[in-house]
Amino acid sequence: MDALQAQHVTKRYTNHTALDDVSLNIPEHTIFGLLGPNGAGKTTLIRIINQIINKDEGEILIFGEKLKPNHIEIIGYLPEERGLYKKLKVGEQLLYLAQLKGLSRADALARIKVWLEKFEIKDWWDKKVEDLSKGMAQKVQFISTVLHEPRLIILDEPFSGFDPVNAQLITEEILDLKKKGCTIIFSTHRMETVEDLCDHIALINRSKKILEGSKKQVKEQFKTNTFVVEHKGIFSLNGSYELLNQQQIEDSFFQSTIKMKDVKRPNELIQELIQLTEVHSFQEKIPSMSEIFISLVKGGTNHE
Amino acid sequence: MNKIWLIIQREFLNRVMKKSFLIATIFVPLIFPAIIGLLVYIAKQSDKNSKKEVIHYIDESGSFAPDTSTYVFKNFSGSLDEGKKAFDQSEDFGLLYIPKYELSKPAGITLYTKVNPSLDDVGGIERIFETQIKEKKMLQLNIEQKILDSLKTNVSINTVKLSEGGQEKSSNSGILFGIGMAGGILMYMFIFIYGAQIMQGIIEEKTSKVVEVIVSSVRPFQLMMGKIIGLASVGLLQFLIWIILMSTLTFGVLGYFGIDPPQKQAMEQIQKNNKIAAVQVEKEPAKVAKMIGEVMNLPWGYILFSFLFYFLGGYLIYAALFAAVGSAVDSPAEAQQFMFPITIPLLISYMSLFMFILKDPHGTVSIWLSIIPFTSPIAMMGRIGFGVPAWQLALSMVLLIAGFVFTTWVAGRIYRVGILMSGTKVNYKVLAKWFMQKG
Repeated sequence: MDALQAQHVTKRYTNHTALDDVSLNIPEHTIFGLLGPNGAGKTTLIRIINQIINKDEGEILIFGEKLKPNHIEIIGYLPEERGLYKKLKVGEQLLYLAQLKGLSRADALARIKVWLEKFEIKDWWDKKVEDLSKGMAQKVQFISTVLHEPRLIILDEPFSGFDPVNAQLITEEILDLKKKGCTIIFSTHRMETVEDLCDHIALINRSKKILEGSKKQVKEQFKTNTFVVEHKGIFSLNGSYELLNQQQIEDSFFQSTIKMKDVKRPNELIQELIQLTEVHSFQEKIPSMSEIFISLVKGGTNHE
Repeated sequence: MNKIWLIIQREFLNRVMKKSFLIATIFVPLIFPAIIGLLVYIAKQSDKNSKKEVIHYIDESGSFAPDTSTYVFKNFSGSLDEGKKAFDQSEDFGLLYIPKYELSKPAGITLYTKVNPSLDDVGGIERIFETQIKEKKMLQLNIEQKILDSLKTNVSINTVKLSEGGQEKSSNSGILFGIGMAGGILMYMFIFIYGAQIMQGIIEEKTSKVVEVIVSSVRPFQLMMGKIIGLASVGLLQFLIWIILMSTLTFGVLGYFGIDPPQKQAMEQIQKNNKIAAVQVEKEPAKVAKMIGEVMNLPWGYILFSFLFYFLGGYLIYAALFAAVGSAVDSPAEAQQFMFPITIPLLISYMSLFMFILKDPHGTVSIWLSIIPFTSPIAMMGRIGFGVPAWQLALSMVLLIAGFVFTTWVAGRIYRVGILMSGTKVNYKVLAKWFMQKG
């Protein structure tokens, strides 16, 4: 079952369309990367899922059910524009936010204790948020997002404001939550995060979804049949191969980038190469998420 | 509903647990009685301690009889110039020169002083002469004091309000004026202070960016209403504490200054009347007692209930607007431009309170101001003591509720969009756009 399905979701404002017929399927137990440049419509989609704003058209299904008010209890949302009540103590703050999510006071108390112990910040209970550092506050914020044990967790740029140590800690927690069965939606433009964590991705640009699929599928789709070969001595190629680049590494070792024009199997290229040179390494050049992102977003701009 | 309750609780606790709440709640009702008490005390002390001023006088008329109740008069026999010299060397207050004068046209009486004399001083001395001249004239005209006294009749009109049931209640328009003024001013302050607090709270939520976290759990409208109601309950609590403190203090202070609370006074009065059937002459303490009696006779329950109703209604009607403004801006400074239209009806009703309502509580302007929802909380407080026809009160209350529903609806529509917008330049056109925006 899909944790979330968006079907032809459209949101219009007076002067522009924020989401234009966007459909998405987010499989359960995955980490889903929702990508896109600023202003593409990611936040609008996320706000619709969180029922902060309403869609104009289309349907959202959460675990197969049409979006309804009590779904907020199974969703945990960490907005990009986030913060806490400055004057409130950490404990009261978490208690309040958890109760707003529908948790009973007793449950909330018990869970807060567990999380504070886990993050080794038990003595923060009586600290006011304004006395915490930014990184410390982010930890509290993260706890508030997952305290009610949501099945669907939406994190909008979760690592902004975290130092590497805390970012690592949060990453581990996210992977742990996934293992426990949560579905996590990441909205980000940090491609290394996507590369490391995400199973599935969707790319939204200019209010439209322009790409969706598992990371492997997407990469498959965008690979250019290009191979990087390290070899001894120079050679030249023609016919169905194109030698894009050949440069000297050291002494008589060279690195060549070769593109296959016709779709053939890599083995055929290797056979060809063996006859020409002494092959030291052979690797398919797979595009990084960052390259795919940039090529699509830029491409989109150029078309207009 | 459960969530609104949580928000109300949170807002309530946040405010009540603050030190500033405790200070305001306890000290404000102490401040006014303390100031009054202090002034009375100082006045009493200075009355007791002040020495009478010394005035030298040169009497050429030969008829001046010094009245020593307020000044010490020292006769100086000699010319005016000598007198001036002698006075100049003394530390005394004044030199009074009395030339020969005609009774019908006294002229030339002069008071020399080193400092400018106060109106009280001049008036006091003038009165001394006026009485003395009057007595002499009476002698000349062969009028006895008795005859004069018999001519003088004291008339004081009793004001009695006939309520619809035919019940008579004595009223005192001075007291009603005071109550109207106090009620109106209090209402004005309450609405402003609490409205501004709502706005402040919303701007804080916006700038600390906690708001998006919250509205992912509750509807923006729930959040807004929770905050408004939460603060209203703080206001009610504060008001309640003030009433209790004030009334305890009033009785305490009255007791200390030797003025008995009216119940006790009435009891004693009855006992006395049983013993002596003599008609009591109205003396000062009796007058005060009468006034206090009148204050106590006022329909306090009715006035307090109206105050609470109009405080709640007025607060709610304006709090919603303040909330809308708070949601639209990123800082209190930015809020100024939108405060203007909210402030206008408040200011109008505040000024009308003194210009029309208290002077003429049953005039057309007063009646309309007390019916229109935006001005009615302050205007009605000004009128309430004087008695307001039931239909006017009912219409005003219904309209106030309708007004509150309306402003809350308008504000809610602006609020839900505004709280998620930061860094946008907002003007009235943008507000209108937000208001029209669906979902």
